[in-house]
Amino acid sequence: MITIIFYILATVTLGTAILTVLSKHPVHSAVYMIVCFFSIAGHFLMLNALFLSVVHIIVYTGAVMILLLFTLMLMNLNEDHAPKKKVASRIAAVISTCLTAFVLLAVLLKSNTVIDTYRAENIDFASVKVIGQVLLNEYLVPFEFASILLIASMVGAVLVSKREKKA
Amino acid sequence: METVFVLLLLICPFTGFLINLLAGKKMGRTLPGIIATTAVSASFAISLFYFIQILSTNAPVEVRLFDWVTFGEFSIGFDLVLDQLSLLWLLVVTGIGALIHVYSTGYMKDDENVDRFFSYLNLFIFFMILLVTAGNLGIMFIGWEGVGLCSYLLIGFWYKNQSYNDAAKKAFIMNRIGDLGFLVGLFILAYLLGTVDFRAMSFELSDIYGIDKKLLGVAALCLFVGAMGKSAQIPLYTWLPDAMAGPTPVSALIHAATMVTAGIFMVTRMSFLFDLIPDVQTFIAIVGAVTALFAASIGIAQTDIKKVLAYSTVSQLGLMFMALGFGAYHVAVFHVITHAFFKACLFLGSGSVIHAMGGEQDMRRMGGLKKVMGVTFVTFLISTLSISGIPPFAGFFSKDEIMLAAFEHNKILWAIAALASLLTAFYMFRVLFLTFYKDFRGTAEQKHHLHESPKSMTMPLIVLAILATVGGLISLPFGFNWLNGYLQPVILNLQGVEHHSLDSTGWILMGVSTAIALIGFGLAYSKYISKSAVPQEDDKIGGFAKVLYNKYYIDEIYNTVFIKPIYAMADFFKNVVEKIVAASVLAFGKGIAILSVYTKALHNGSVGFYLFVFVIGFCSVVFCLLLI
Amino acid sequence: MSNILQEIGINNYIYLSVLLFCVGVLGILFRRSAIVMLMSVELMLASANMLLAVFSVYHQDASGQVFVVFSMAVAAAEVAVGLAILVAIFRNIGSIDIEKLKNLKG
Repeated sequence: MITIIFYILATVTLGTAILTVLSKHPVHSAVYMIVCFFSIAGHFLMLNALFLSVVHIIVYTGAVMILLLFTLMLMNLNEDHAPKKKVASRIAAVISTCLTAFVLLAVLLKSNTVIDTYRAENIDFASVKVIGQVLLNEYLVPFEFASILLIASMVGAVLVSKREKKA
Repeated sequence: METVFVLLLLICPFTGFLINLLAGKKMGRTLPGIIATTAVSASFAISLFYFIQILSTNAPVEVRLFDWVTFGEFSIGFDLVLDQLSLLWLLVVTGIGALIHVYSTGYMKDDENVDRFFSYLNLFIFFMILLVTAGNLGIMFIGWEGVGLCSYLLIGFWYKNQSYNDAAKKAFIMNRIGDLGFLVGLFILAYLLGTVDFRAMSFELSDIYGIDKKLLGVAALCLFVGAMGKSAQIPLYTWLPDAMAGPTPVSALIHAATMVTAGIFMVTRMSFLFDLIPDVQTFIAIVGAVTALFAASIGIAQTDIKKVLAYSTVSQLGLMFMALGFGAYHVAVFHVITHAFFKACLFLGSGSVIHAMGGEQDMRRMGGLKKVMGVTFVTFLISTLSISGIPPFAGFFSKDEIMLAAFEHNKILWAIAALASLLTAFYMFRVLFLTFYKDFRGTAEQKHHLHESPKSMTMPLIVLAILATVGGLISLPFGFNWLNGYLQPVILNLQGVEHHSLDSTGWILMGVSTAIALIGFGLAYSKYISKSAVPQEDDKIGGFAKVLYNKYYIDEIYNTVFIKPIYAMADFFKNVVEKIVAASVLAFGKGIAILSVYTKALHNGSVGFYLFVFVIGFCSVVFCLLLI
Repeated sequence: MSNILQEIGINNYIYLSVLLFCVGVLGILFRRSAIVMLMSVELMLASANMLLAVFSVYHQDASGQVFVVFSMAVAAAEVAVGLAILVAIFRNIGSIDIEKLKNLKG
């Protein structure tokens, strides 16, 4: 049962990802991408990472995608604004992608797994409680830095997108 | 307390140097001389104090100021040692130095750079004191280089004359060759013995089991090369005659009495090393004897009064090295002392003559000065008698001891040395007769100008002449021999050897020496007094005399064998190699420039293209790192 | 507590991530619209995040998931700044076609 759900989810993930990339209209891309991210959140759920799946939905589908869509609307982009590359460079793009896939898969196949037969050891490592503890004990300083980074990016984003006065 | 006194010995001349260097220009022309003379006299007083002290205590004074060089087990301390040998040298250096400083106050009175002159002289005294009081080879090397530097500065003192500058450079470069030998010897000894301290080295060498004797021989030879450079032995002697370009007091102090004897001093200091290697000793003796004869033969044909004295110095130094080669260190030291007296006196006398002649140095333009310059004449005469080896003057005793040592060890070298003495007597009396006898041969203006030198110049002459007369008393061949007893603690091979009383051979040799000196005198007398001969002008000299007059063309040979090839090599490097190097460097740059024209097309500003390159680069990096 | 990796196996997740990543690469290379490229970058980030979470489960260690949280924070910041830059560029040039962004070419 779980295996079937995994394959369905994986198919949805990859399919919407490809559609995202290949859609001519940017808004379509964005919508496909929302679906893709939901499916990734589903993967997180299956991995028992509740916290991650919720955060993923909030951050990506909630914040990032809204921002993207909002920008798209702002720019009012449509198909006319999405010029295509030349055929040669498209073929080159596909070839390089296949090359990357080949290399990465080869690397991962070549590597040896640390644990031969996987056994669950019944320890709680993925609950919100545990993650919160780890995040605020071991990773307190990086956590604070992340907040500083977010503040800085917020300020930067406002500053960059602000309409400048003509000098 | 002792440290302070010993330091004072060094600091006095150095202070004089600093004062004259920094403030000399503002002090007029008399004050620098007074300051410099006072500084050296203070050092002389301290030396005298320690000398008297060591006579009673017999214990050397040793001071370690600080550790100079330390790495691992090896260390060189800034050690100063006042033992019998260094004190003897100190007395000579500071004593004669003080006299020559006094003399210079008169001689250099009219020079505009008198302050510079005295600051250099004081610096020289400082380095010389450092050289002779050094407790190890490292410190000695500082002094060794320092006196070389001062010699360079003082030879080129009148730097407006290019040939004087060339002479200074020649002296410096020739000394460099020797210094290289000194350094190599020092390093070899440090490698072999793990120390360069004289006493420690002596201790290490007291048992030479397990020490590479061949390498030790190389070290001794290298040190001797250093001595060759500093003490002007064949083949590194040509700088000394040229060094006469400096002011005459400099010639007297540095190039006759003190610096050139540094080689003798060093070999004597290292006697424990040289005693172990008879081959090197023989080599030293041969080099010394050949130099003595060679330089003496050049001396008989020179017409420049200072050049004659310079070759005479080379010749006498050769005799000293011959004595060193026979292991007769005390004899060499004895001759160094007496030589310092009479040669300084001769140089100062010649300076007095040159002063009177208004700078003229050619003996063909002199003559008859006896009537005008009484004091100079008498002191010059005494010194000439002394250097020629006529009893009872100091030179007779020291030279006779060298002859004695030579006769004991090697009859051939004795014959060479005897011939050299004959020539010495001849050319010294030649100088005396040409300069002071017969009629004046210079211009009328010079004749009008002739005068006896001032008191400041004649006083040192008188003192030195007295010393040149009685200096022999410190080591008489019969009965009283103070010097040998005095030097016993520092010269190993003197210890435990009873000085044999003079046998019949000794008396005969003494007679022979005297006879040789008298023959030389007779020859000179018959030629220059009876026949009134005057050396010919340059272009009329012919035959062997011309070869002698041109110093066997040694300078020309060196020029052809060493200097010209070096110039040719330099030209080759400048015109060929440098061009090739420059061209290849430029070609490299041009190649890059051409390449850049094509490669800059890659920087087309297209982000898409960059991304392609980036992805492919990423793939290749992963491929190389993780898959191969 | 049952674990999904016992049933599915880690290899399948690895393949999924790699493929998702490659789709992102394809998007970057294939499209000229800067905003779609930005989306592709998000896809690649998400694939990496997923792999991190998978290995966190594999090792049964919470650190991996914490890292995902951080990488999400960084991704959010990146998107914010990136979009701001795109807006500024669009305002100045009137296009977000990367082939037209050649002002810095030497």
